[in-house]
Amino acid sequence: MNLNEEVELLKGVPIFSKVEQARLKLLAFTSERVNFGVGQEVCRQGDPGDTMYVILGGTADVLIDTPSGQISVAEMKRNSFFGEIAILCDVPRTATIKAKEPLATLKITKDMFYRLVAEFPEMAIEIMRELAHRLEDTNQKLRAATKAG
Amino acid sequence: MPQAGGAANPGAATRQISNVIKALIAYRVRRDGGDAGFMERSLFSYIWRHSRPEQIVILLLVVLAQVFYFMSLTVPKSVINNGIQGNAFKDSKTIPFLVWELDLSAIFPGRVIRFFDGFQVDQLQYLVVMSFVFLGAVIVNGLFKKTINTQKGRMGERMLRRLRYELYDRILRFPPAHFRKVKQAELATMVKDEVEPLGGFIGDAFVQPMFLGGQALTAIIFIMMQNWLLGIIVIVLLAVQMSIIPRLRKPVLVLGRQRQISARQLAGRIAETADGVHEIHIHGAANYERADISERLGRIFKIRFDLYQKKFVAKFWNNILSQATPFAIYLVGGYFAITGQMDVGAVVGVLLAYKDLPSPIKELIDWDQQRQDVQIKYEQVIDQFQPEGMMPPELQAIPDGPPPPLGKELALVGVVVTEDGRVKQLDTLSLTLPTSSRVAVIGGSGSGKEVLGQVLARQTLPASGTIRIDGKDFFQVPEYVIGARLAYVGQDTYLFPLTVRDNLLFGLKLRPVAPAAYDEATKVIREAFWKESERAGNPAFDPNADWVDYELAGATGPADLLPCMVRVLKQVELDEDIYSLGLRGTVDAAVRPDLAEKILKARHTLHEHLQDGTYAGLVEPFNDDHYNKNLSVAENLLFGTALGKQFDGDNLAADPYVMSVLQKTGLDVELQRMGLSIAETMVELFSGLSPDNPLFEQYSFISADELPNVRLLLQRLGGKGIEAVPEADRIRLMTLPFRYIEARHRLGLIDAAMEERILGARRAFAEGLPANLRDAVEFYDFERYNSAATLQDNILFGRLVYGQAQAGERIGNLIAQVFDELGLRDSVIGVGLEYNVGVGGKRLPASQRQKLGIARALIKRPQLVVVNEAVAMFDGRTQDRIRDNILADASERASGVFWIANRPNQAEPFDQIVVMQGGRVVARGSPSELAARGGLYTELMASA
Repeated sequence: MNLNEEVELLKGVPIFSKVEQARLKLLAFTSERVNFGVGQEVCRQGDPGDTMYVILGGTADVLIDTPSGQISVAEMKRNSFFGEIAILCDVPRTATIKAKEPLATLKITKDMFYRLVAEFPEMAIEIMRELAHRLEDTNQKLRAATKAG
Repeated sequence: MPQAGGAANPGAATRQISNVIKALIAYRVRRDGGDAGFMERSLFSYIWRHSRPEQIVILLLVVLAQVFYFMSLTVPKSVINNGIQGNAFKDSKTIPFLVWELDLSAIFPGRVIRFFDGFQVDQLQYLVVMSFVFLGAVIVNGLFKKTINTQKGRMGERMLRRLRYELYDRILRFPPAHFRKVKQAELATMVKDEVEPLGGFIGDAFVQPMFLGGQALTAIIFIMMQNWLLGIIVIVLLAVQMSIIPRLRKPVLVLGRQRQISARQLAGRIAETADGVHEIHIHGAANYERADISERLGRIFKIRFDLYQKKFVAKFWNNILSQATPFAIYLVGGYFAITGQMDVGAVVGVLLAYKDLPSPIKELIDWDQQRQDVQIKYEQVIDQFQPEGMMPPELQAIPDGPPPPLGKELALVGVVVTEDGRVKQLDTLSLTLPTSSRVAVIGGSGSGKEVLGQVLARQTLPASGTIRIDGKDFFQVPEYVIGARLAYVGQDTYLFPLTVRDNLLFGLKLRPVAPAAYDEATKVIREAFWKESERAGNPAFDPNADWVDYELAGATGPADLLPCMVRVLKQVELDEDIYSLGLRGTVDAAVRPDLAEKILKARHTLHEHLQDGTYAGLVEPFNDDHYNKNLSVAENLLFGTALGKQFDGDNLAADPYVMSVLQKTGLDVELQRMGLSIAETMVELFSGLSPDNPLFEQYSFISADELPNVRLLLQRLGGKGIEAVPEADRIRLMTLPFRYIEARHRLGLIDAAMEERILGARRAFAEGLPANLRDAVEFYDFERYNSAATLQDNILFGRLVYGQAQAGERIGNLIAQVFDELGLRDSVIGVGLEYNVGVGGKRLPASQRQKLGIARALIKRPQLVVVNEAVAMFDGRTQDRIRDNILADASERASGVFWIANRPNQAEPFDQIVVMQGGRVVARGSPSELAARGGLYTELMASA
């Protein structure tokens, strides 16, 4: 998979959906590609997170710790991504991600992301716009829920 | 005073004689400066004492040289008068030459004893012979000059060497506390620069005044013979001159002293700036520092300018006074001539004689000036080198055999240590301490426990009280006994800028154990070298000899030292770090063929393991027939390690041979095309980024400065292919892909066809490599050890694949496993030991420096090790583990540990605990006894 394909995948990430293609390409170029073997953990629930991953190929299990042990709650495939909130604010990982098949990811670190945002403020505006949309969306849902309740 | 002598009181007489002898010895010792105390105050006595025979030889040479000098002056006269003008040939055709006779007419009138009548020569022969005599005299005169100057130079340099050595020797004997007062840069300036002018003066110290004095005396005697009154006038005027000029020069000398001190302090300040440069930056104090330096330079300027002024004032008076004598001769002599008391010829004679006087006088005065100058310099220096409490040289004698044991019991009685005579850090402390016991000391801050540790290492000297070891004064035990048997580690460790190994073995180098092996020719040179050392009062120790005392480390020789080193590195948990350094180190197969062979074997074993499924895809091995996606294009082309600069890094792209290979294989155009593509991508990605963004540095193939030009080029090109690019730009484009790594940069530029072409160029490069470039590259060859590559690269023989999670860690573990299997781990550590730790050990992290410091103390298997809060900088668990290792090792050898605990609960596993407070021991006992007693011990333990 080369750079241009990676950029296409990045475009699928909502917070990046409005960002200019050239910027995403730079983000992809400066980010590292990391492959995980079957059974290797990408991240662990509860650990501090500061990177986001975009899955370029393979599948991964999403596992949640419960009192009765780890359970798989979902599966992620190509085009999926996780940790996008972690690069905006420090939150612990909410789940463990484990490679189910050989997994190829693009690893975007907080540092790299901030550096680009600092360089191109319009990126921040696009991201803000996207977040605002999401907030509005959530608010609407909340209102609908309270009405219904 | 009782009357000495007489049989009535023989006891008193003997006593008196012995007193006289004692006084004489004391005087002698003082004169020799051999005791701990003083150096010779007078530079002259110092020079005379150490170079007497040489000075006398030079003096004799100077006298002898005068004969030939005189000859070279008189011969021309004979050549002109007799040889050319023929004055001597007026009466006869020939004259005798080389007549050898003794003229006794002064005693017996007319009595001349003739030994040899000489040869008869005519005028032409005479001219030829005398011309050659002149030439001979000139040559002999020159040879004398050369010999004298050489002798002087050698003597001066020898004395300089002696003085420098003596000063350095004294630095080694300074009391430890003195180093808190002196600045190291000042010491260095003194030994290096300030004594330098002394060397030049020493050669002339005695010869010059004798020689010049002789000349001046001759001239004065001649004047006296002409007219005693004029002679007296000249003498009086000279006396005035010689008494006034030095007085005028006194302020010059004082200023000279100030100049020397201020220059020394400047050196100290500059060193401080270098030492504290981080603090200066952190606190933004650069301009405050500038102010200080500017102030100092201003002061130095003032001193130096004053010096100039004073110097020229002195010069002015000197000139006036030296002209006063002819003035007097004109006036007085003229008066005598006019009044007829003296004839004109005599006045002219006096004037002529006086002509020869000023230049030796002037030089004498100059010499005197120089003498005072160097005397002051000398005093200034030696004043700094005789602090009170210097260690006597005997304590630093070199042992002639293995050092004796330390003794069984240390007894401290009423020991007081004060800080500058005020605060008592140790207050009449008494303690007996068997050297084989394992004791911990606990106490709060200010309890004096760390001072106690310093005292036991003789780092701090008590103001009063005694410390005895088996009844002997602890401070009179020679340093080599302490060095070998008592180890000390404090909180700071200084490492010398040598290898880890040299630092680790530093404490084993008490004496040369085995002489260095020299071949016959070198041996002769070395022996002459040592002889010269002894002439200058330097010891003839050989740093090339083997100084490592293997026995002390528990080894029998160099062969089995490595396990001992590994053992102590393990005790301080430094073995892993040194192992990593070893992996990054290189081994020269020519020097260690055995090790290279084994590493090669390890490579084979590793690659067998890599075939396993578990490690699949983590390493891309170097393969002649495959393009390696994890190497750059340049690395793929070279396919080897560059030796030297020829093919190293960016030089590869500019190398004419590489260019020729690329052209031949047609790869140049391909690379240009690739370069164009990279340029397009870079312009797309990095345009708009501010030029100082670190991303440029890290990721861009084109620097921020160049990017606009490249963008312009691409705009002009307007999408046309590489053919449209001007020739000059093509070269630049061609170098861009050299750093391109497909697996990392992922621009998809290298397809199967491109791989094939690069492989073709790789082969062409290797096959056509001219003989003179053979040594510039070591090609990757699975069956050959690569001396230029690190151990890790050698065993790996490939590259870690980009983007494999934890690949580095997993392969690192695998390599460690392989080395363990083959029993090579220690050898790798051995390679790591060759790592240079840099100035002050700064190339190692602080914790590793400290661990190395502890290991250095442990490797000599000391009878007693004093650990003075030395583990404080490690994390708690590491502290405890290192303590347990040291304790286990000590109890195995039944040796002692004196552990000054930085945390009270470290003391738990010790047999004995000493509790300190306010500089005194307040309790002592086993942990259970102390716990039962409660008090401060329980308090301290609870606080931990």
